Amino acid sequence: MTFELFLFYLFGAILLGAALAMISVRNPVHAALFLVVCFVSAAALWLMAEAEFLGLVLVLVYVGAVMVLFLFVVMMLDINIARLREGFSEYLPVGLVVAAAMATVLVLVITRYITMDAPERAGPEYANTEALGAVLYTEYVYPFEIAAVILLVAIIAAISLTMRRRPDNKRIDPARQIEVSREGRVRMVSMKSEDKARRARGAERDDDPNQE
Amino acid sequence: MFDWILNLFHSLPTVMQILIGIQLIIIPLMLGVAYLTFAERKIIGYIQVRVGPNRVGPRGWLQPIADALKLLMKEVIVPSNANRFLFFSAPVLTIAPALAAWAVIPFFEGGALADVNAGLLYLLALTSLGAYGIIIAGWASNSKYALMGSLRSAAQLVSYEIAMGFALVGVLMAAGSMNVGDIVQAQSGSVYHWFLLPLLPLFFVYFISGVAETNRAPFDVAEGESEIVAGFHVEYSGMAFAVFFLAEYANMILISALTAVLFLGGWLSPFQGILPAAMFDWPVIGTLLGDGLHWFLIKTALFLFIFLWLRATFPRYRYDQIMRLGWKVLIPVTIVWLFVLGVFVAFDVGPWFA
Repeated sequence: MTFELFLFYLFGAILLGAALAMISVRNPVHAALFLVVCFVSAAALWLMAEAEFLGLVLVLVYVGAVMVLFLFVVMMLDINIARLREGFSEYLPVGLVVAAAMATVLVLVITRYITMDAPERAGPEYANTEALGAVLYTEYVYPFEIAAVILLVAIIAAISLTMRRRPDNKRIDPARQIEVSREGRVRMVSMKSEDKARRARGAERDDDPNQE
Repeated sequence: MFDWILNLFHSLPTVMQILIGIQLIIIPLMLGVAYLTFAERKIIGYIQVRVGPNRVGPRGWLQPIADALKLLMKEVIVPSNANRFLFFSAPVLTIAPALAAWAVIPFFEGGALADVNAGLLYLLALTSLGAYGIIIAGWASNSKYALMGSLRSAAQLVSYEIAMGFALVGVLMAAGSMNVGDIVQAQSGSVYHWFLLPLLPLFFVYFISGVAETNRAPFDVAEGESEIVAGFHVEYSGMAFAVFFLAEYANMILISALTAVLFLGGWLSPFQGILPAAMFDWPVIGTLLGDGLHWFLIKTALFLFIFLWLRATFPRYRYDQIMRLGWKVLIPVTIVWLFVLGVFVAFDVGPWFA
């Protein structure tokens, strides 16, 4: 067994173990963290298949951004785990049937139809990112741009659906804050000096405003 | 003498070479972190007309060693009902990406541990992983303050990562490569060839987001002591806290080094193309004036000083204003400048894209 093969099985085992743990652990935060482990080991497998762009983007987008927000939400929510687990045994047979069907299809496809030799190593000069960019911006430029526009529409839709102006929001407009000038805040009052006796009496009064 | 060591190094097996390379990076880095904390206290001290630490050793030079010893001796307290495993893995998860990212940084020509094609992408991916340490620390501590701090920092990191990523897109458009060594090579010529000038807005965006990504003042709401005590690491003590501390400073050095490499030409000498070429052949002065590791270190130190300067100068941002700066100011600036860059590249403007 070469070192590379050892790494492949190692990451594969971590991936499978973490995926199983993700659906079986009780704590939702732990489940989200196991999903992160899944993504990282999948990225490692992609790196080994010389798809460094996909591997790094998986880490960057899914691990670095999506799962952070996921954890953010899961940590804030007070999830009732007992209610989520209700009816687990009830749905288990259906789930098992679906899982068995999926597994059978996968095994059949992989063993019967995919008889592929290991692809040749492209060597250190090959840059997966460049190769991907070259086809993405030439051959598949229209599908690529349409996908980009659809994503943009989705962003705008999500923002416009969730944005609401709250009347009790005390947010301050930074432009107005910057425009504040001395004239708007300070009033200079010129007054005559007072004699000592009156000032002493005035001070007494100031000590307790409820005296009068 | 030097050749003899180099020959010995190349005769070792590859794994040994890599391990020695890692040591050569990590040990100076850790020393740098230790003395950066000392420099920070001294520099901020002088900015505030104080002397700073001056008791331990001559002029206080042994202060960081004393601090490290103190933290090592202290007891590590685990909060009740905290998740032990996650509680202790959080500091490790914070420092690991901060150290791993150094693998692709070129210290001098051909002086990177790993000469990776997708180096820039690797750096982005690793810096984005740093958020996990903070989030897990906040959650595993079983403390409200820690959770608040980690939620703030998660939102902040995700927001500023976008601006940072766009700034890096500008760099790779200008350099035409994601290999960090090639990015430095693309800036060779003279000072005017550095990406500082054509990418000036992106340079500012990158450095500001870098300060935000490292949770440093004025973006340190994650540990805003006036509101949430010490934020995500409020429950950590002793060595567990020290590891967070190390990670923060290692990240500062990393961001400074990256800014130097991506915008200020890394190891390239500022005198290149200005002084006559014959001067670089002079015995000692030529080596000092020519390209090399020392220029990389000087440029990194410059940005580290700016980090400390910012901390001594600015009050902390309010949370909503941090979000506004990230989303409504920095991201639009980068997008506009990417369009401008596209025009520059298309029309071969200036000495940079010719």
